[in-house]
Amino acid sequence: MDKTEPVLKVTGLEKHFPIRSRLFKRQIGAVKAVDGVSFEVYPSEALGLVGESGCGKSTTGRAVMNLQPATAGSVVFEGRELVGLSRAKMRPLRRNIQLVFQDPYASLDPRMQVQKIIAEPLVIHDVVSGDALRRRVRDLMHLVGLNPEHATRYPHEFSGGQRQRIGIARALALEPRMLILDEPVSALDVSIQAGVINLLDDLRSELGLSYVFIAHDLSVVRHISDRIAVMYLGKIVETATTLDLFQRPAHPYTQALLSAIPLPDPARERTRERILLQGDLPSPANPPSGCRFRTRCPKFANQLSSQQQELCISTEPLAESRDIGHPTACHYASVERII
Amino acid sequence: MSESMPDSQAAFDVQTQAREADDDILLSVDDLTVTFGGEKGVHAVRGVSYVVRRHETLGIVGESGSGKSVTSLAVMGLLPKTARISGSVKFRGKELIGARDKGMSAIRGKRIAMIFQDPMTSLDPVYKVGAQITETLKVHNPHMSRSQMRARAIELLEIVGIPNARERVDDYPHQFSGGMRQRVVIAIAMANNPDVIIADEPTTALDVTVQATVLEAIKAAQKETGAALVLITHDLGVIAGMADRVLVMYAGRAVEIGGVDDVFYQPRMPYTVGLLNSLPRMDTDEKTRLTPIVGAPPSLQNLPPGCPFNPRCPLAVEECTQAEPQLVEVDGRSLHLAACIRSDELRGQDRYEAGQVFETTSSDDVLPADIVSGDAEPREALDGEDTSATQQDGTES
Repeated sequence: MDKTEPVLKVTGLEKHFPIRSRLFKRQIGAVKAVDGVSFEVYPSEALGLVGESGCGKSTTGRAVMNLQPATAGSVVFEGRELVGLSRAKMRPLRRNIQLVFQDPYASLDPRMQVQKIIAEPLVIHDVVSGDALRRRVRDLMHLVGLNPEHATRYPHEFSGGQRQRIGIARALALEPRMLILDEPVSALDVSIQAGVINLLDDLRSELGLSYVFIAHDLSVVRHISDRIAVMYLGKIVETATTLDLFQRPAHPYTQALLSAIPLPDPARERTRERILLQGDLPSPANPPSGCRFRTRCPKFANQLSSQQQELCISTEPLAESRDIGHPTACHYASVERII
Repeated sequence: MSESMPDSQAAFDVQTQAREADDDILLSVDDLTVTFGGEKGVHAVRGVSYVVRRHETLGIVGESGSGKSVTSLAVMGLLPKTARISGSVKFRGKELIGARDKGMSAIRGKRIAMIFQDPMTSLDPVYKVGAQITETLKVHNPHMSRSQMRARAIELLEIVGIPNARERVDDYPHQFSGGMRQRVVIAIAMANNPDVIIADEPTTALDVTVQATVLEAIKAAQKETGAALVLITHDLGVIAGMADRVLVMYAGRAVEIGGVDDVFYQPRMPYTVGLLNSLPRMDTDEKTRLTPIVGAPPSLQNLPPGCPFNPRCPLAVEECTQAEPQLVEVDGRSLHLAACIRSDELRGQDRYEAGQVFETTSSDDVLPADIVSGDAEPREALDGEDTSATQQDGTES
């Protein structure tokens, strides 16, 4: 993994949504949903992108796919710059990078047979037709753990987990090298979710896919990802290998996030100390100066002297390694074991 | 003695124990059933029984459609008239099923309060939050003065952890974030010092860091009022941290009930075992493969014969399709009950050992409609080695 080129290299990605005045529709501000995000994904690697609602993780996924054109920054996929490409120029590239959506109920056309849904990308890109197409659809259904005999059924006949598999089969139809998975299991019950997670594990090792796995559930992200990037208010605050992030979290936000996950283990839950975050998520249209997390940061509020706080207020912390061994965007980052 | 007692003996003991602690029982639900629709109705709840004692937290866990929410709506008398309800719900010995609306209103909101999932729909957007809290106070305490009510509203907001409660009391719901709104709902629920608080998925719509603060607010409310809490959720982590006892629901029935440690560490109903093992493990650093429960929950209109879990159960044998198993005491542990004829075979195993009976498959190739079509054949393993068949061979004689 060290010396190979990344499949996907995102640098300084920004996605701002304009706020316009009512009368003249002049731009009077911007919601900075994604505000300078950088990460790389290597071949066959799964990168987890976690954060809470409104942190910009889904917008990042869409901006990478060029579904919502980025405001600034660069997205290089297999050596080609995607930012600024027209729809027509983007289309052939979409064969190699595909998106799986969250809601398996909304992302499938209810009036289309499953075989048509899965075949659609193959028809659009004119890859195969006739018998070969039918064979390919059956192979894809088999690949995602569905019964190919159900190819003529409609989405409503399938369970939520099976529908998500149909969405995955459709995304895999063009043999992409990378999948961007936006909360692929969060709409599913746990007993069914486990099967889809196993499937994603299998597909990655069988097909050598790379994943950007976007989710809010840290236990699921931990299971799937090799590395994890934690987002807060449009920025990545900490990036580390999965093991490192869980054993040695250094950013106060990551620590709070880890401490908030309820563990299905009564004895451990009884003895756990929770780091509770005060206040609300600030508006991404008007983020705090300096460090964006300082308004809710327990370290800022309880441990730092007012002199130390000055730095948090005046200077935005960059994602640097700071003796921690992995990039952390906090002036006073220090490792603390939470779980 | 370590041998398990005969069922009747076990049931007798459960009853005596229940009677001994009778004074503490606030809410007792007995054989509650709820059916919607006519002839071929939806049997949403099929005979649920539980008791909740003073200061206790009962967690009700189950997946979507297991009947956990309908059970609590029936307890609160909030189901539409089209629902057919039978069984008994007693609050401090007083029967609530069939109670008149007036009698019910005196209890609902005062003695039993409810917290719903979505705080935006349980708060009225056109009233200030203070007014919504005082409304609850006014209904049940007609003699309270305005200033007393306002002071109480502020006090309540402080208990649930709303900063600057004195100023925020005059804000509208839209001025609060999701977690703050849910805290207002909790403040309303605890306004009249209820004896029982029923919380239906109170944190499902919230982010984890917010969830942590809202759960703290619920704990604070419970401590302040001394109320018993019935916490309904699909999140096993939340249950582990909050509940004293756990009731696991599947297809409208309780399939396992017991102390939180018993149910989490020594589950005796294969469904509970499967549920616990389908969660990604956080306690080991190496990655273990997950064990999904293959298939989907049955339609409540067309249940499979026998145990409703048998089409998905790796332990299912012919006998499982004959009759629906009753809740019986397991492991000789008092008040740990499971509805499975083979639960004894899980004895002495922790949840991970017991979970070995499930396959770590990644496929899911039976349509929901085909699972409930009612053919009595126990499910064959789908591919690879046939673990369920070997299980059957080993135990049938």
